[in-house]
This record gives sequence, structure tokens and C-alpha cells, in this order.
Amino acid sequence: MSGQDHGDDGVSRRKVLECMTWAGTGVLWTVTGGVPRSLGIIDSAEAATAAAPGMSFLQISDSHVGFDKPANPNALGTLEEAVNKINAVPAKPSFMIHTGDITHLSKAAEFDNAERIISQTKLDVHYVPGEHDFIDEEVKLYRERYSRGTKGYGWYSFDAGGVHFIGLVNVVDLKAGGLGNLGAEQLAWLEDDLRGKSKSTPIVLFAHIPLWTVYPQWGWGTEDGGRALEYVKGFGSVTVLNGHIHQVMQKVEGNVTFHTARSTAFPQPAPGAAPSPGPMKVEDAKLRSMLGVASISFKQNEQRLAIIDTPLQG
Amino acid sequence: MKTLNRRDFGVQLGLALAAAMLLPATKARADDMDVHIDNFVFQPAELKIKVGTTVTWTNRDDIPHTVVSAGKFRSKTLDTDDKFSFTFTNAGEYKYFCSLHPHMTGMIKVE
Repeated sequence: MSGQDHGDDGVSRRKVLECMTWAGTGVLWTVTGGVPRSLGIIDSAEAATAAAPGMSFLQISDSHVGFDKPANPNALGTLEEAVNKINAVPAKPSFMIHTGDITHLSKAAEFDNAERIISQTKLDVHYVPGEHDFIDEEVKLYRERYSRGTKGYGWYSFDAGGVHFIGLVNVVDLKAGGLGNLGAEQLAWLEDDLRGKSKSTPIVLFAHIPLWTVYPQWGWGTEDGGRALEYVKGFGSVTVLNGHIHQVMQKVEGNVTFHTARSTAFPQPAPGAAPSPGPMKVEDAKLRSMLGVASISFKQNEQRLAIIDTPLQG
Repeated sequence: MKTLNRRDFGVQLGLALAAAMLLPATKARADDMDVHIDNFVFQPAELKIKVGTTVTWTNRDDIPHTVVSAGKFRSKTLDTDDKFSFTFTNAGEYKYFCSLHPHMTGMIKVE
């Protein structure tokens, strides 16, 4: 497939750009043969489900349960709003992934509160940890809850709807001056996990910190992420889903689509737009337009994967 | 200046002597140093101190940080306004970083 416009799915470059200005407020993105195409602005997740039937799953990220600072004094409350939004979608997704920072300070009560709210979706949830989930003294609370049947600090893979999903941990053993870190043991496991897989198997890699370098000055990247991407290079459809940066960002490189999800707790500034990546205080009326969840749909045999970011409001 | 009688003068002298005797301890406290964490930055990023100095880090961000020098010292996770202190008893160069946000680095030079 080549060219900008062809067939019924074709959209003009102008249309794509027009849609990009709406990115994050409910745009249906599809990827065909590695080229991202916006199919137009949609009103809600319901419309998205109708537009792209087939296997779909949700991504939720950075719930930071326990956070109570000015940027959002009630992070548990906005997580609950996100869950209500998920429950309102008529077509039930297959499952959900949570890309880390479930809690703010790895306290038992924070994990318990998160579980109490997230379980109301009645969905299977596949977690990977964020750095905020590993800061209890013994680094055991996350692992006791979510690491059963996983390797190392909690990496694993599973298959669903013909897609191979791989959850990675890149928040452990970080080196001074560096970025996120996967480590040799996990990379060896990843290489082994992918060995023998048909190159036509769609791959979804998910981890907390972006596996691609978004903004190293703020630590937004993974030191050895490039090595993980080497292993998936030959596959026809690769989607990389991350959190950590509390904003929607997307990039396509060959057959690989990179995407980051919003937080349900607080927004963070665009790269370099503030003195630090810390929580960004916005007007109360604006907060919920900067928080949200993502829905990802996949159509078999079309190498098409659509990501819809839905804010809590707006 | 008010005039002092002899007895008051004696008291003043006594206080001055006491202060002088306490001086070494007071002085050591005055030499203790602070490092603030603001906007994901250790400030000052580099500190030169004398052996025996205590350095206290204070996290003034809305996000938790840590202070870690491999094999030397490691704070607990510092939430907003939490502090961590370490007394440097040996000369040397101590590189340290935040293990949650490793792009945050600092240095203490102890002479």
C-alpha cells in the first residue's frame, strides 16, 4: 500500500492535519500498513466501537491513588469517574491494561482503594508497574498483588484475539543520569518470548515509561528501549502503549505505532513547556479535559489498530 | 546605651563566656548544609563541605523523590516536605541521584 489517498479509507492530508489538532479529544486513529489515518472526529467511545468492531481493549494509566496535591486533590475520585465512563460503554471491551503508577506512594491503603474502584469495571486487568508502585520499603506490595505468574519484577506475555501482548517493566534498577531501564534479563526473556512467532502476529508492547525517547531531559524514555524494538522489528504490526507522561502523544515509525495515554489523576506539561515535568495545575473546569482513558480496537487480517483517547470531559 | 552596674556587667560577662564555650557546637550547626529539591532539580547541584558536615535534603516538589548514592547512603522515599539527613565523616566525592527520576543527579564534595 502506498500513497496518501486510496480507497474508501482515504483521507486527505489536510483532513489528517485537521484531525490532529483534535488529537486527544476523541479522534479515531487507524493504522493501515503502518500509515496512521484519522477516520474523523468522533463524539464518544460508543461511536468508536461501532466504527471498529472486533477485539477491543482499554488502557488506563497513572491513577496515582493517594495523590492529593493542588493539581488534583482527589485522584481517587477522578479514577472513579474514569471507571464510570468505562462502564457506560455499551460494547464491553475484552479486557483492560493499566500502564502503571496505580498508586502515588505504594501504600497498602492506596493499592486497596485502587483495586476497589478498578474492580468495578468487572474486566480482567493486566498491570505493569510504574516507579510509584515500587516505593514501599520492601518493594512487595505491588508484587504480592499483581506479579503472580510473571517473571522478574513482573514482566509477562499473553495472547488475546490473535494479538500477542507483552507487559514490560522499565522502572527498576534505574541508573544515575539515565532513563527507564529494562535490563539484560528482561531483554533476553523478550527475545525468547518472540522466538518462533509468525511475523504476521500483531504485537502489543506495553510498559510504564515510554519505550521511545520522548524527552530525555525529563527522563521520558527508556535507556535500552531500542533493543526491545529491535526484537519486534520484523513484525508487520507493532503497537507500543505507555503512560508516565500524563498526556497523549503518538508517533509512527515503519510498522511501529507508539502511543502514550492520559492519566486519570493529573496532567503534566508538554515536553519543555514548564520548568519540570511535575503535576500541572490547571483551572478546575479544564482538569477533566486533560484526564482520560484510551480504547484500542483491532481488526484481524487488516493490520489495523485504532486508538481512541477519550477524556473524562470535553 | 544604658549604663550597667557591676552586677549586671558580671552576668553579661558570664553569658559571653558561656557563649564562647558553646561556640564550637554552634559553629558546627551553622556549617550544616541544605539541599532543596525543586522542580526535579537538586539545588545546589554541587556542594563542597568539610568532613563532619551534615547535609539535609528537603523535597519541595509535589512528587516523591529519593536521594541515593550507590553504596554510601539511600533515603527512604521523600514525599512533599520530607527531609533526609546524612553526616559525611569521610572525605571524597559523593555522586548521588533520585532513583525514581534518575536524570536528577547531584554531587557532594567532602574535604
